[in-house]
Amino acid sequence: MTDSSYDVELLRKDFPILERRVHDNQALIYLDSANTSQKPRQVLDTLAEFYEQHNSNIHRATHALGEEATAAYEGARLKVASFIGAPDADTVIFTKNSTEALNLVANVMAWGAHGLKPGDEVVVTEMEHHSNIVPWQILCERTGATLRWFGVTDDGRLDVSHIDELINDRTKVVAFVHVSNVLGTLNPVATIVARAHAVGAVVVLDASQSVPQLPVDVAELGIDFAAFTGHKMCGPTGIGVLWGRRELLDELPPFLGGGEMIETVTMQGSTYAGLPHKYEAGTPPIAQAVGLGAAVDYLSNVGMDAVAAHEKQITAYALDALSTVSGLRVLGPTNAVDRGGAISFTLGDVHPHDVAQILDSHGIAVRAGHHCGRPIHQRFGVSASTRASFYLYTTPSEIDALIVGLEKAKRFFG
Amino acid sequence: MQLESMYQEIILDHYRTPHHKGLREPYDVEVHHVNPTCGDEITLRVKLDGDTVTDVSYDSAGCSISQASASVLTDLVIGRDIETGLVAHREFVALMQSKGLVTPDEDVLEDAVAFTGVSKYPARVKCALLSWMAWKDATSQARENMLEPAAGMSPATASPREGSTS
Repeated sequence: MTDSSYDVELLRKDFPILERRVHDNQALIYLDSANTSQKPRQVLDTLAEFYEQHNSNIHRATHALGEEATAAYEGARLKVASFIGAPDADTVIFTKNSTEALNLVANVMAWGAHGLKPGDEVVVTEMEHHSNIVPWQILCERTGATLRWFGVTDDGRLDVSHIDELINDRTKVVAFVHVSNVLGTLNPVATIVARAHAVGAVVVLDASQSVPQLPVDVAELGIDFAAFTGHKMCGPTGIGVLWGRRELLDELPPFLGGGEMIETVTMQGSTYAGLPHKYEAGTPPIAQAVGLGAAVDYLSNVGMDAVAAHEKQITAYALDALSTVSGLRVLGPTNAVDRGGAISFTLGDVHPHDVAQILDSHGIAVRAGHHCGRPIHQRFGVSASTRASFYLYTTPSEIDALIVGLEKAKRFFG
Repeated sequence: MQLESMYQEIILDHYRTPHHKGLREPYDVEVHHVNPTCGDEITLRVKLDGDTVTDVSYDSAGCSISQASASVLTDLVIGRDIETGLVAHREFVALMQSKGLVTPDEDVLEDAVAFTGVSKYPARVKCALLSWMAWKDATSQARENMLEPAAGMSPATASPREGSTS
């Protein structure tokens, strides 16, 4: 479904950096949005305005600026809550990024009410970003629990054929990615949530790639935690979000200790603040949260249904175009069904670093390497890949330029 | 951007036809080094005879820069004395950290002078240095092992893995 009112050229004018020219005055072709997205003028202006007009610490300054800054910060929390369908804004915890959000959950499950024990199991998938593997490996090391994982089929889909054995009475946590940053695969959340909840396991969703691209409603998905990051959704770096179910956030122990997260402190011990402050120790990234609020406003104005439709259309266009390049092998689904807009591929024997270097010389920015997903590259028998990824400002002509660049790379190293 | 400043013909030649590639025996020490940011890997073996580097063999996966660099390295060190190799190592590391601002000594670096252009691309410097770091590591381990028997090591642990089948 294509919305004829979606004008990508008009949207591009909101992104000053897309006017950049690089390497001998060539137009920048930015195909690395799964790494970090570009920022619209509206977000940049909000950041500047915050620092120029409202800068203050929050929740503690009894003066005009303190009140304005607090209102802006808490206003951003309300915007994020509404954007992801959180029933209660206090369950939106600001972190510095997805990695910190996932580590927060993995840390508070090491002890206390839901602390893991030897014999317990944590289930992840082979297509996780390192940030949704390593924290769980550390949790298992600390607690004696066992890490298990879903495999991936040859066409890049999650292999759920053994789900009833994999997620069992011993399973305490199931953590998985909504949309893969390497394969692009959109995972079957409902299937996994149903099985996990049937055995009483907590479900943690890495929504780093999905919240920027798709309408995401955490209540509708039925998950227990979701992690995502501001900088991949038109917001600044340094701000991420952990959303959690209130009963769990209330029951779980604190993560970082310090100012703001306490109720009273004595030398003998402390009691903790209520949500969300319990999980926001210290001065948070205030301007960055406000900037994320502006990013949410921006995406809401464009409309997440329109963003998702554009992503699907441009991904289908790119998959078609890439299929014409001989020697190119896509890792992951080769059609745009249940798929996000990150396409990783290999190009014959040409190493991804070399592919990226040739593309860069033509102004085309892609990512080369394992994209923080070494296990999934091993699964497909390669050490690295080249990844092109798209966003609401990506045009078909940029994909055409990518194809020309890939042919040049083949000739250069042929 | 002048791609040719990085991808010199000498580099592409070594990449397409790498010298001394493949793991060989006998060897004193084997090391495995990785570049965690991109996943490039090298397994490298060193065989010393007194002060002489008698063989350097390797198996590697990586980009053209890292492959060519390993090939050039082996040309520079095999059959020469260790100190000459270490001088080349120091010179190469200094070149790679120079951001293209120094003129390398061709007498010392031979084909490795072709990497001058690479030093202007910070993201690729690690690619060029991977095999060199592995060689230095393996060589210093092999030298330590040579000293160990005198310090009372049992011959079994100190002996080179010559013709090892394990």
